Amino acid sequence: MKKMKFLATALFATVLFASCSSDDDAPVEVNEEEVITTMTVTLNPTTQGTPVILRTQDLDGDGPNPPIVTVSGNLAANASYSGQIVLLNETEDPAENITLEVIEEAEEHQFFYTTSAGLNVTTAYLDFDVDGNPLGTEFTLTTGEASSGTITFTLRHEPTKPNSGLSDAGGETDVTATFEVTVE
Amino acid sequence: MHFQALLILLLCSITAISQNCDNTLSGSVVDQHDGSVLVGATLIIAGTEQATITDFDGNFSIGNLCDGTYSVQVSHPNCLTQGYTFKISGNTEKIFRLEHHLEELNQVLVEGNSIVDKSKTLAEKKMATQELERYSNASLGDALNSLSGVSSLNTGNTVVKPLINGLHSSRVVIINNGVRMEDQEWGAEHAPNIDINSVGNLTVIKGAGALQYGGDAVGGVIVAEAAKAPIIDSLYGKSLFTAVSNGRGTSFTSQLTKTYRSGWFGMVQGTLKRFGDFEAPDYILSNTGAFERNASVNIGLNRFDYGFEAYYSIFNNEIGILRASHLGGALDQIRAIGSDRPLVINDFTYSIDAPKQDVMHQLARLKAFKRIDGLGKLSLQYDFQQNNRLEFDIRRGDDRNKASLDLQLSTHTVLLDLDSRFSETSRFKTGAMAGYQKNFANPDTGVRRLIPDYEKYDLGAYAIIDKNVTDNLLLEAGARFDYTFMDVFKFYRTSFWESRNYDELFPQLVVEDLGSQILTNPQLDFYNASATAGASYSFNDSYSLLFNYSLASRAPNPSELFSEGLHHSASRIELGDLRFNSEIGHKFALTFQKESAIFSFSINPYINSIKDFIVIEPTSIQQTVRGNFQVWEYRQTNAQLLGVDVDARYAFAKNLSFNHQFSLVKGYDRARDEPLINMPPVNTKNGITYQNPQWKNLRINLQSQYVFEQNEFPDTNFEVFIPETQTTEIVDVSTPPDAYHLLNFDSSIDFKVNQKSTLTVGFGVTNLLDTSYRNYLNRLRYYADDLGRNFLLNLKINY
Repeated sequence: MKKMKFLATALFATVLFASCSSDDDAPVEVNEEEVITTMTVTLNPTTQGTPVILRTQDLDGDGPNPPIVTVSGNLAANASYSGQIVLLNETEDPAENITLEVIEEAEEHQFFYTTSAGLNVTTAYLDFDVDGNPLGTEFTLTTGEASSGTITFTLRHEPTKPNSGLSDAGGETDVTATFEVTVE
Repeated sequence: MHFQALLILLLCSITAISQNCDNTLSGSVVDQHDGSVLVGATLIIAGTEQATITDFDGNFSIGNLCDGTYSVQVSHPNCLTQGYTFKISGNTEKIFRLEHHLEELNQVLVEGNSIVDKSKTLAEKKMATQELERYSNASLGDALNSLSGVSSLNTGNTVVKPLINGLHSSRVVIINNGVRMEDQEWGAEHAPNIDINSVGNLTVIKGAGALQYGGDAVGGVIVAEAAKAPIIDSLYGKSLFTAVSNGRGTSFTSQLTKTYRSGWFGMVQGTLKRFGDFEAPDYILSNTGAFERNASVNIGLNRFDYGFEAYYSIFNNEIGILRASHLGGALDQIRAIGSDRPLVINDFTYSIDAPKQDVMHQLARLKAFKRIDGLGKLSLQYDFQQNNRLEFDIRRGDDRNKASLDLQLSTHTVLLDLDSRFSETSRFKTGAMAGYQKNFANPDTGVRRLIPDYEKYDLGAYAIIDKNVTDNLLLEAGARFDYTFMDVFKFYRTSFWESRNYDELFPQLVVEDLGSQILTNPQLDFYNASATAGASYSFNDSYSLLFNYSLASRAPNPSELFSEGLHHSASRIELGDLRFNSEIGHKFALTFQKESAIFSFSINPYINSIKDFIVIEPTSIQQTVRGNFQVWEYRQTNAQLLGVDVDARYAFAKNLSFNHQFSLVKGYDRARDEPLINMPPVNTKNGITYQNPQWKNLRINLQSQYVFEQNEFPDTNFEVFIPETQTTEIVDVSTPPDAYHLLNFDSSIDFKVNQKSTLTVGFGVTNLLDTSYRNYLNRLRYYADDLGRNFLLNLKINY
């Protein structure tokens, strides 16, 4: 019986202790560290003219608001552009430049540029990883005759490298955005 | 005890002088636990050495006794011998209650049922140690899968979550050694954190009728218990070693028990399992290895009228999740589903990389009981559980080795139970429970919390009564009430908070507005009533009919209330709803069964109507920078599940028997008049077993399992735009896979090593024909085939 009493006392003491030790501190906010909210593709004409900026921005990440996709203007026909892609996480302040991480892990990343059939645009990679396989944060874009269509930028994480394009690259999509463009 | 008895004897013998020596002592000997009669118990009167044995009804009678005090020794082969001292004056009637034990060392003696029924009017399925040992290398879910009406919701082959009559997760309550498991059971990809090797016997109750365990078991209750320690002086143990070809792994488990006649006992047990990548018939399932480490210790004192027990267990499991299942949006999903092979296949390895789960569950229990004359058995239990869950996703940069999810769930529970007997024919159980739970989501993950920080308080009370109205008819009724209070701190995305209109509905919940996020403090109350009523009628020795109605109420779980964001392992956005109320299930179950040596069967039809059933299903497509994701929203509806489970066994000859199982369940959303998602397809198992206890206990079993194609399912397909082809394609996430048939072989043979030790050698093959198949209830079925052929070698030694 003594054991019983001791046990019972011990049990209640433990419970009381445990339930009283709760702290009421409000939890701290978590800002998504890896989320990519914004992709900006800047197309600088190699000769002259105004740069064309393609941007997709989704400040609530996986939240209900869709990304806002903007194209600053039309591309000139039979021209050449140097392209540069910048990825940002704008949920943090100041915004984090994710492109730097992608460049650092170049072997595990690759951008792909997909143009619709009617659009007279060709692309070529300008930057490569240590194995000589394309990375694609920088590229050249060459336009042909006037036309219109879509161009899609896709960043794949851990693709098969080398590959012959999006279809056999595998990996997971980190970013993808389709822009309506016109060559005039 | 002895001293008290002696004292009484001394005191009483003073008055025992007068001589009237034609008295008769008559009565019966019954099992202390369930009141069943004990046949063949021996009674010896000390001094006169008169002896008798109880008859088939457990009755006895001894004549020619004088008035006075006698000491009687009552013994039975399966019980601890007890001495009683009492006064006789005239003809006397006595009922002797013996503690009926499972004689673990003397297995030949035990042919009967050593497991006490958990509910008397609900269909129960049991698995004893010997059957469980065949699953030593597998999981609790795999073992349960072998029972009719129980299937599993899998994530790959190592995360196996039990489904009872079509329901799972929070609707299935798991009791581990008397403790209700609080191991984040809400998640469909969270397997029960129990080492199957620590389980002595396993019971599945297909309904909420077992109210002592909770009133929210809309699906059912799984009770896992450690083997009982006998009250004798002994030291015994067992070790099991299993090697498997698929996964190229081994499992080792060992258990040692020391018992004393005084009632003291101690037990230690440990398990180690390690598997590499498993294989489908045509390829390696990359990153599907597992590494499991468990240990438990139990000490206590078990006396006839009092006792206590202290139990501790630790469970640690690291599980790889199929690499090819980690996707970045609908475009990846369409590629993965379109490909007949997984998109990532690497060479075999034992290493486990992201995506993976690393789970640790610790459980400590203190329990004491005391039998109080005229009241019954009173037990008090305190338990503490801590569940740590880490989930690792494929991440970039500095976050590469950081968990994406880091939750710590701590639960304290106090239980007070009284088990009493009003009379020979009725039994009354009542109890109360108080619980405190705290969830802590570590913010260092750099990923928004999937489950918010919360504190939860539970209070509950129940009463169950059963009565044998006649010898054939038993009635059972019970009621339970639970109160739950949740105090939650949750960060909502401002855009979500507003899109749900919460800003207008619940402005009072806002603690702080941080711009893109809002900190809220929802405080939720749930009042849940549950009840059960049932009858069991036995027609004669072999046939019986059971009927049970159970009312179950379940408060929504944190995942249903607060999910809000991308669930990587499912490649979908999951949204909960703060406004949910409790779901209420009404289940009617009928069981008709026959038990005999030649032919046994049980037919168990049921209907379960659930009001405000919480279901998660796809509702829309969400555009993000990563591409399109399917949005799965929880919603409440009225559901109905109908089904039947059939079991049959026929012995052709003395050593040869045929087993049959058939399970069918249909689930419908009555509000929308469409089938429910993820209902188990019809399946049937048929097997032939040869067992010869006379010759090395040889056992050979061949089993066929046929799983039909699920033909009723909601259409949850959606469309995505493919930039390469400039086309829109349908992502088929709803069509179930084809029917499949599997053959399994299993055998074992015993060798006597010495007087005390037996070596059992087992050999088995699962998926004998190396069939390629996909299982509708495997969440990774879109990405890869299920397991191919597997050879198992089992060595077990008892000592």
